[in-house]
Amino acid sequence: MIAPQPTLPIQTSRLENGLLLTLSPDRTAPIVAVNLWYHVGSANEREGRTGFAHLFEHMLFQGSEHVAANEHFELIQRAGGTLNGSTWLDRTNYFETIPSQQLELALWLEADRMGRLLPAMTQDKLDTQRDVVKNERRWSVDNQPYGSWWEKLPALAFPPSHPFHHSLMGSMEDLSAASLEDVAAFFQTYYTPDNAVLSIAGDIDEGEVRILVNQHFGWIPRGNGRPPLQSMAVPERFGSWLREVVEDDVAVPRIFMAFRTPVFGSDGYFAASTIAAMLGTGRGSRLHRSLVRERQLASTTSAFTFDLSKGSDLLVIDATARPGVTPEALEQGIADVLDEFRTKGPVAGELERVLAQTETDFVASMQGAGDRAEQLSRFATYYGDPTLLNEQVPRYRAVTAAQVREMAADRLGPDNRASLIYVPRTAGTPS
Amino acid sequence: MSTAVVTRPKPGPSRPYRFPAFERVTLPNGLELIIAPVRRLPLVTIRLVLDVGARQEPRDLAGVASLTAAAMAEGTTRLDAAALAEEFERLGGSLSSYATWDATHVRTTVLTSKFESALSLLAEVFRSPALAPREVDRLKEERLAELLELKSEPRGLADERFSSSLYRPSSRLSIQEGGSQRTVERLSVDATREWHARQFAPAVTGLVIAGDVDTSQVVSFANEILGDWRHTAPAPASVDDAPRRESPALMLLDRSGAPQTELRLGHVGLPRAHPDYIDVVVMNAILGGVFNSRINLNLRERNAFTYGAFSSFEWRRDAGPFLVSTAVATGVTAAAAREVIVELERMKSGPPTIDELTLSTSYLDGVFPIRFETTDAIAGALASLRTLRLPDDFFDTYRERIRAVTAESVERAAQRHLHIDRLQVLAVGDRAQVEPALADLKLGALSVIGDDDE
Repeated sequence: MIAPQPTLPIQTSRLENGLLLTLSPDRTAPIVAVNLWYHVGSANEREGRTGFAHLFEHMLFQGSEHVAANEHFELIQRAGGTLNGSTWLDRTNYFETIPSQQLELALWLEADRMGRLLPAMTQDKLDTQRDVVKNERRWSVDNQPYGSWWEKLPALAFPPSHPFHHSLMGSMEDLSAASLEDVAAFFQTYYTPDNAVLSIAGDIDEGEVRILVNQHFGWIPRGNGRPPLQSMAVPERFGSWLREVVEDDVAVPRIFMAFRTPVFGSDGYFAASTIAAMLGTGRGSRLHRSLVRERQLASTTSAFTFDLSKGSDLLVIDATARPGVTPEALEQGIADVLDEFRTKGPVAGELERVLAQTETDFVASMQGAGDRAEQLSRFATYYGDPTLLNEQVPRYRAVTAAQVREMAADRLGPDNRASLIYVPRTAGTPS
Repeated sequence: MSTAVVTRPKPGPSRPYRFPAFERVTLPNGLELIIAPVRRLPLVTIRLVLDVGARQEPRDLAGVASLTAAAMAEGTTRLDAAALAEEFERLGGSLSSYATWDATHVRTTVLTSKFESALSLLAEVFRSPALAPREVDRLKEERLAELLELKSEPRGLADERFSSSLYRPSSRLSIQEGGSQRTVERLSVDATREWHARQFAPAVTGLVIAGDVDTSQVVSFANEILGDWRHTAPAPASVDDAPRRESPALMLLDRSGAPQTELRLGHVGLPRAHPDYIDVVVMNAILGGVFNSRINLNLRERNAFTYGAFSSFEWRRDAGPFLVSTAVATGVTAAAAREVIVELERMKSGPPTIDELTLSTSYLDGVFPIRFETTDAIAGALASLRTLRLPDDFFDTYRERIRAVTAESVERAAQRHLHIDRLQVLAVGDRAQVEPALADLKLGALSVIGDDDE
């Protein structure tokens, strides 16, 4: 039986200065989400400035011409809202979820920093945020077991010249080198209305919102065009089995194994994403059944896609060894699961089970205004068309067992594996 | 082209919000249904909640509630582990089952069309788990592996060791929620079977349903599948939540070469049912509960010691921990601890400004509807009515009570519930680097604690 799939109302328009506006009304609760994506991330950083896109995100909370440092947080929280920002390889986002009568406040705050950030930037603020970010790095990467995986895995999976290769969090040296001139140049190049998407979901009147958005954002001048990214193209497969062994302060081995797969949103992506769920989502998945329950080589397993929209996506398996299991045995166990899957394909009923879960998860994720706005911004930024959100469930449903088998055979073989292998530090090895 | 808008917008008129209406119906066998129809999307969340959690375990069986809950997801007397997992997947749901200090939860979210099948399956898991030796033994080994891994994870290690250190060694609360290496090693399949047979009973169970359902249909269906369940629950055990020490103490856990110190400062707080609850929630928001709180602005934005610093009260049936939590660069460990204490003292020594008070009350008031956007969040809130023994009108009166908090009641709450005279401090970091400066702060008796979790 096919359950009813909710279709979200989605309207798209573009301001004269190029800002792409997406609206999705839902008046069931007095809540509205404002979500702004700038199409810039660590991939756009210049040499010697790794970590700058993320440091810059911190600076966006340090005030703008009419807003004092940290006042953005103060005003939104005082209004009864939640907020944050995040930086990724190819985008940076800023978002608020607020009671709907406070919508204009959020628009004004976002417009002030899009239009007039630089008058508020000072050396003191930059120095403070640089230290905060260095502490964020220690907290999330350096003082966290396996914490370096999310900079080491892209470094292993993309060649040194590729924009996804270097660390998003950046090196301590590069963070130290960042200057106010860098802040100004980055702002003028990338934080422009024609390089941004504004999504508003929830309790809104579309006509009123359009007027408000024009009032607050319409005056901001278009940018001078962002410099083109260097080529993101990579071969579909690694060409061999890449391996890197990392000694770390950890108790047991853990393996992250990456595969190059078709980019987010492409036809092949849906098959690859379905494969990730078959391999690694839940107690019924292949890795859990084989490595956790039956062979007891691993204590936890999962699989997911990075959802990269340029060059190549990555499908990633994450497996933590049971104490006493060697990294070699764990890697071989993963390979056994992969080899069976890529030679035989899915078994009867497996595809239907995974699709049923995917559909429930999708509908459940559409409950929150913030999640809806985030997804609208994603499709608008990468494909210029937020209505693609409504096609997600049908596109997953269209995936066939034959496509899954073909994708698994094509991308899960030994010529397309990159293993990042964490092992406990041996005695005498310096930290 | 128009020009920039310079003046700050004022809010428009607010639209009313009400927490979803719900009904409570008790079946003849004592099992209670709490049902909130929410018809936005074709979704429903189902939770079975047992009012028995880790707090009621004998100390030497610490971890049995968690192990039993985990093992319940691994098969029933009818379906083995793989078959049960497949059955939930076919319904598009995933089963999650876990124990907390106060309760044991089994839950799933499915599309409305799968509601009855999902509820039947969940009830089967709850009443007739297989608790098969092979699965229980495996989960026990996985828990021991987790405890081993925790030793190399400074953040989690600091959280667990700090909370455990606050209570008397004879109390169940002096061992972490999921049990210690010693107690988990003693657990067996028989222990889980006995725990399930003894503790699981209709009079201490709630069935919470939030989503696209009709109340009368739910009641009659629930009666069909759970109405014949008969079992008498044992009397609840008493729990010792008194503080271990009445004087301040400093604990160091050495992590040689660590680039950061995980710092925890606090003491045993107060139980959820305490009449000062609302005042304490607002006081904590001002102290360290929101981004622009005193502690975060001091440690992060003024001193750049850290990526973030927060305070919290853990709200449970018993008096849970109050703690300030942060990770700071090794070289500023003592300076950061001192600034936290300065903020605790300042909180007790006078009322907050009106700006601070209204920031916190308007945040807690305004954000209330945003906390309940999903059926899962609504079901979780309704479950807490049972597990925390809250009155039925708690959600309907919450915002009004928050708005009524005054600067004087915040000051009173700080004076009553922040105890610098018995402040416990734990630093997980490079001992050689941090000990001298920390010792200079005279934070009480110093002890160096090891890796073992008891």
